[in-house]
Amino acid sequence: MAHLISKSRRLLEKRILFSAILDGRSKVSSVFQSRMIPAAGFCGGKLEAGDTILVGPRGGRFKSIKSGEQVQFFPSSSSSDEDDHHDDDITEGLDFPGGRVTFTPQKSFISESSAKRVPCYRVLDDDGYIIRGSEIEQVSKEVAVKMYTGMVTIQTMDNIFYEAQRQGRISFYLTSSGEEAIGIASAAALMPDDVVLPQYREPGVLLWRGFTLQEFANQCFGNKQDYGKGRQMPIHYGSKKHNYMTISSPIATQLPQAAGAAYSLKMDKKEACVVAYTGDGGTSEGDFHAALNFAAVMEVPVVFICRNNGWAISTPTTEQFRSDGIVVRGQAYGIRSIRVDGNDALAVYGAISTARKMAISEKKPILVEALTYRVGHHSTSDDSTKYRTVNEIEHWKTARSPIARYRKWVQRNGWWSDEAESQLRGDIRKQVLQAIQLADRTEKPPLEQLFTDVYEDFPSNLREQEKSLRETIRRHPQDYPPDVPV
Amino acid sequence: MALRKFGRLSLISRIGKRDFSIASTSEGLIEKADSKSINLFTAVNQALHIALETDSRSYVFGEDVSFGGVFRCTTGLAERFGKKRVFNTPLCEQGIVGFAIGLAAMGNRAIAEIQFADYIFPAFDQIVNEAAKFRYRSGNQFNCGGLTIRAPYGAVGHGGHYHSQSPEAFFCHVPGIKVVIPRSPQQAKGLLLSSIRDPNPVVFFEPKWLYRLAVEEVPEDDYMLPLSEAEVIREGSDITLVGWGAQLSVMEQACIEAEKDGISCELIDLKTLIPWDKETVVASVRKTGRLLVSHEAPITAGFGAEISASIIERCFLQLEAPVARVCGLDTPFPLVFEPFYMPTKNKRMISFPKGSVLRTKVHPHLAISPPLPAEMPPLFLPPKNKKVVGTKLGFS
Repeated sequence: MAHLISKSRRLLEKRILFSAILDGRSKVSSVFQSRMIPAAGFCGGKLEAGDTILVGPRGGRFKSIKSGEQVQFFPSSSSSDEDDHHDDDITEGLDFPGGRVTFTPQKSFISESSAKRVPCYRVLDDDGYIIRGSEIEQVSKEVAVKMYTGMVTIQTMDNIFYEAQRQGRISFYLTSSGEEAIGIASAAALMPDDVVLPQYREPGVLLWRGFTLQEFANQCFGNKQDYGKGRQMPIHYGSKKHNYMTISSPIATQLPQAAGAAYSLKMDKKEACVVAYTGDGGTSEGDFHAALNFAAVMEVPVVFICRNNGWAISTPTTEQFRSDGIVVRGQAYGIRSIRVDGNDALAVYGAISTARKMAISEKKPILVEALTYRVGHHSTSDDSTKYRTVNEIEHWKTARSPIARYRKWVQRNGWWSDEAESQLRGDIRKQVLQAIQLADRTEKPPLEQLFTDVYEDFPSNLREQEKSLRETIRRHPQDYPPDVPV
Repeated sequence: MALRKFGRLSLISRIGKRDFSIASTSEGLIEKADSKSINLFTAVNQALHIALETDSRSYVFGEDVSFGGVFRCTTGLAERFGKKRVFNTPLCEQGIVGFAIGLAAMGNRAIAEIQFADYIFPAFDQIVNEAAKFRYRSGNQFNCGGLTIRAPYGAVGHGGHYHSQSPEAFFCHVPGIKVVIPRSPQQAKGLLLSSIRDPNPVVFFEPKWLYRLAVEEVPEDDYMLPLSEAEVIREGSDITLVGWGAQLSVMEQACIEAEKDGISCELIDLKTLIPWDKETVVASVRKTGRLLVSHEAPITAGFGAEISASIIERCFLQLEAPVARVCGLDTPFPLVFEPFYMPTKNKRMISFPKGSVLRTKVHPHLAISPPLPAEMPPLFLPPKNKKVVGTKLGFS
């Protein structure tokens, strides 16, 4: 069947090519010309009664707009006035799925890149001043301060958890250093009903939604309070009550899922969208392509946020793609896109607010590329000074810090002070340390949770294996971790 | 949604009427006045109609699904339930399954079609790393249990490399999903409805050879057949044959041939490959003392190896002959050579030990048993002159 279709398609393409050649030589018969359909509108358009449909298995997609007219690929032999239509050639076109395609005698290729890179939306300059003429989404004092304290909280939590890993108290950690604004500000622009499918460098979203420091610590320590029941590596958070689907390590797998989840919201007529995060490296995965294409074709309310932080572990973006970043990919899929300064919390807030509104009201996907920098190592298993200079890291850590820039703006508004700053940092530090101590003291999940949730029910092979394992543990208790209740 | 359990369904042979139908009619089913004789793709189609009708949160989609599908399994669905619930997707298997997982994770029944099982591999990551672990990794906060992936599998007589494969073993190595394969129209409808309504993600392989070839009485109403329950479809005393899907009808012919030679065969349809019903197979092998497993997929690391190993673990002392596997060859699936590649009735006959324990009832202790390698540790040897009822290996 597929073979048949492709065969008939090739035939159709041949015919189109044939007609194009004819047209290019300006030897098109009047019959041919007069029957070209001067209108657009195809794929996905409604088929009206009386519309003419071309032959072929997929002829329905080649429908004409006006009833009674028909695209004819083969000119009649009774041609006349061969030169009369020369001037009209350029305005003539071909009805083709997706809309009308005009002809051109120019043999022009689309450039591999535009002359100018896509500009980056930003409202705060490096000193935290609002750039004149900026389109700003208004932020209340309450939200503005919460955004600031959120960024500081993530920064503090990252520093202490990172050290905790270095001390061997947790097995792994991964910071959001330098990218705090994206997580926090995007979350601030969303509503609680919006469903988040994260990658792994967006704990700010969870924090904004009320996930506590204790809950973060419980996951990283894999204790019995961890919602994931100690099954995944640290930082693989997930929280049903916060509409934040559990993180998985494979890159970009969440993206096509986001399209499916968004389809559900659309079918349920919910005033909500799905927000899916990925990094620059993730855009090279097939799942990124699958997701954008599905989201566009299915017309679903999803906002894809790509944190272009320059590095996929040690691979710089110059070795990742040749396009002008991520933002330009959107158009090829028929997706509206924007590039935003990911280190400008206000710009991120504004871009995501608008993206969300468009996604929900128009039932369409939106792509947001946030330019930022991964100030930290990829994870605790990585030493990024092996592949990038300390100067580069320092520059982004200090001169381009999203937190420092945003603080200047908040403080200039009179919403923040040096006293509040030292108070906040001291408090958060204390809370994180307390959370770590409690998480460390809390016992591990019981052994039975090794076997539950593989399936909704409990199949006999697992029952058998659990029984056998318990018997082994009974005989050799000294060979098993003492902190897991058996 | 009560699971209607049918008891062990007795076999009514249809050989002669239709070569490729392993009928599974029980009295309970066949007595229904509204049963009709239909083929397998129609049975699948009926199941999909019922699934969409009985749950407004169910969706059917995949490549070319909208016009009825290349195998006609989705005929009439889009017309009846609308293009929002039955729709074409772009040609992208990882997208289809990823999309389906997201849809299922929001509490829907996502019934995704992969046009051929041969093309499921781009979606392998989504199935293995995402669907299978969705519930476990979230501590049961999230699940995609509403996901069912349908894919036609297996030989079709002219499918060559890429329209013939049986990739079930790849998926049987993945805790968290179920793998289900029906053998007949009646089974297909009942098992598909169970798979769709099962609270776990299911990969449902449909024997495409049987889409048109297999015809049997199928009740028109809504019924389900239990997952993870094998079925003895032919009782016998000399040897147990285990298989699934399209192989069942081939195996049944072998049983009939063997019967002419006085060999009584017990035939089991596994139906669900994971988690599989060991108990039924174990009980049968304990009775017959011999086991033959058959599948179309290449023999090496096929699911037959798993069955063989499991049965040897549990029935070692009752086995009177080595477990035999009659399977596809360890080659890519060939076009011209398909008749040579396939595990056929003839190959099965050859694998029945000749001369033989099967033909003449011999005293159990004289029966052929696999030789124990000299280096086998003493632990593995049963104590002499003592009936073993249980060992560390789990014999019982």
